[in-house]
Amino acid sequence: MAEEKDLKKKEELILFLSDTDEREGLLGKKNRKLLSDPLTDNNPITVQVLGICSALAITVQLKPAIVMSLAVMAVMAFSNMIVSALRNLIPSRIRIIVQLVVVAALVILVDQVLRAYAYDVSKQLSVFVGLIITNCIVMGRLEAFALGNGVYKSFLDGIGNAAGYAFILILVAFFRELLGAGKLFGSEVIPESFYDFGYANNGLMLLSPMALITVGIIIWVQRSRNRTLIEQN
Amino acid sequence: MDRNSNSYTFLFAVILVAVVASALAFAATQLQPAQAKNVKEEKMQNILGTVGISTSRDSAQVLFDKHITQRIALGADGKEKPEVNAFEVDLKKELKKPVEEQSFPLYVADVEGVKYYVVPLRGKGLWDAIWGYVALKDDVNTIKGAVFDHKGETPGLGAEITQEWFRKRFEDEKILDESGNFIGVSVAKGYQGGDNKDDNAVDAISGATITGDGVTDMISERLKNYLPYFKENTNVKVAANL
Repeated sequence: MAEEKDLKKKEELILFLSDTDEREGLLGKKNRKLLSDPLTDNNPITVQVLGICSALAITVQLKPAIVMSLAVMAVMAFSNMIVSALRNLIPSRIRIIVQLVVVAALVILVDQVLRAYAYDVSKQLSVFVGLIITNCIVMGRLEAFALGNGVYKSFLDGIGNAAGYAFILILVAFFRELLGAGKLFGSEVIPESFYDFGYANNGLMLLSPMALITVGIIIWVQRSRNRTLIEQN
Repeated sequence: MDRNSNSYTFLFAVILVAVVASALAFAATQLQPAQAKNVKEEKMQNILGTVGISTSRDSAQVLFDKHITQRIALGADGKEKPEVNAFEVDLKKELKKPVEEQSFPLYVADVEGVKYYVVPLRGKGLWDAIWGYVALKDDVNTIKGAVFDHKGETPGLGAEITQEWFRKRFEDEKILDESGNFIGVSVAKGYQGGDNKDDNAVDAISGATITGDGVTDMISERLKNYLPYFKENTNVKVAANL
């Protein structure tokens, strides 16, 4: 009798964590898709064009871009999990506010932890950590995914979308730091002889308009490789 | 319970806010000591940096105690205020007080027998506060070194004031002109002086004009407060026309 009860409890837990209608391995095909889709054909930045503001602001150098990506990843994974766990309790009329409270709390937590244990990085990111709250990708995934899916799937979705965001951020930061300052991770990579031949760093790359243009070029390349992404008309 | 009723919505909101608020309050109080330690050690690191001692944050405390021989708080008239703990003075709050109540911290450093005066700076950048420390040699005219920091300047532009190549420009610059009048050091656009250390100016960062002007202003405004003290307590003639 007791065993039966245990089994039932376990089943309930599995149902709570995964979706109600299907069961598959931890990294089954569908779950893998949750991780890989946002990296390519459903990239939050290049396809959905969300989270552009922060992509402009912190892609001047690689290091802050990477730390920002990790911070966004932590916030997205946990906010997706929390909102998904609460999804059957949240009153629908105040769901946006509830999501906002969850996200804001996590962002403040990340900021405080960075300040205590990664002080130099937190100084470099300064205000932009706080601005994760306004990152459309975070709210977008909560609304579109976490409210309707299980905890584990939402976790994967959060990680996947944050990875898609991180991928573009790091790519843009790579080109901006390389072409704008001739550096990567703060150390010179372009040999002195290039400069002797008249090569010059393009200071325009350091300004935000060039981030937009770089993102534009990435979108262009992606769409020319995958024509299904191009809107009709 | 009906999840669309007003009372459920209200209850949910209250519980959520209470839980979140207590979680954050708990985290903040737990992390506060570590954060305060970081801030304090960074301050020591910065002060030491101006007199040419580079150190990690961990060893800042030891070196600070070794090299900083005096911490003095000065009033606006240049008189010492022994009742004020100079290290604890928060310039941000201090500058909001009426002038006669302000106190200005001065650190006297001794590095291998040479005396330096370290002055904290604080001013406005483009987006938010900028601050720093500048060390003067014992002629109270030549800059030994300077460090700058900022709260929210643009990365790659204004935020570059924290970089070593910018700070190096201030080394050996003079804050007085040839006849001994106080000028400060201005961060000048289109600077043509090259390595000239006697022109009271350094080259600015392109794209960071307003941050640069902020640096100029904070150097002249903060150092000004120390001139009466330097005049009284050093053998050097400072600011003949003050």
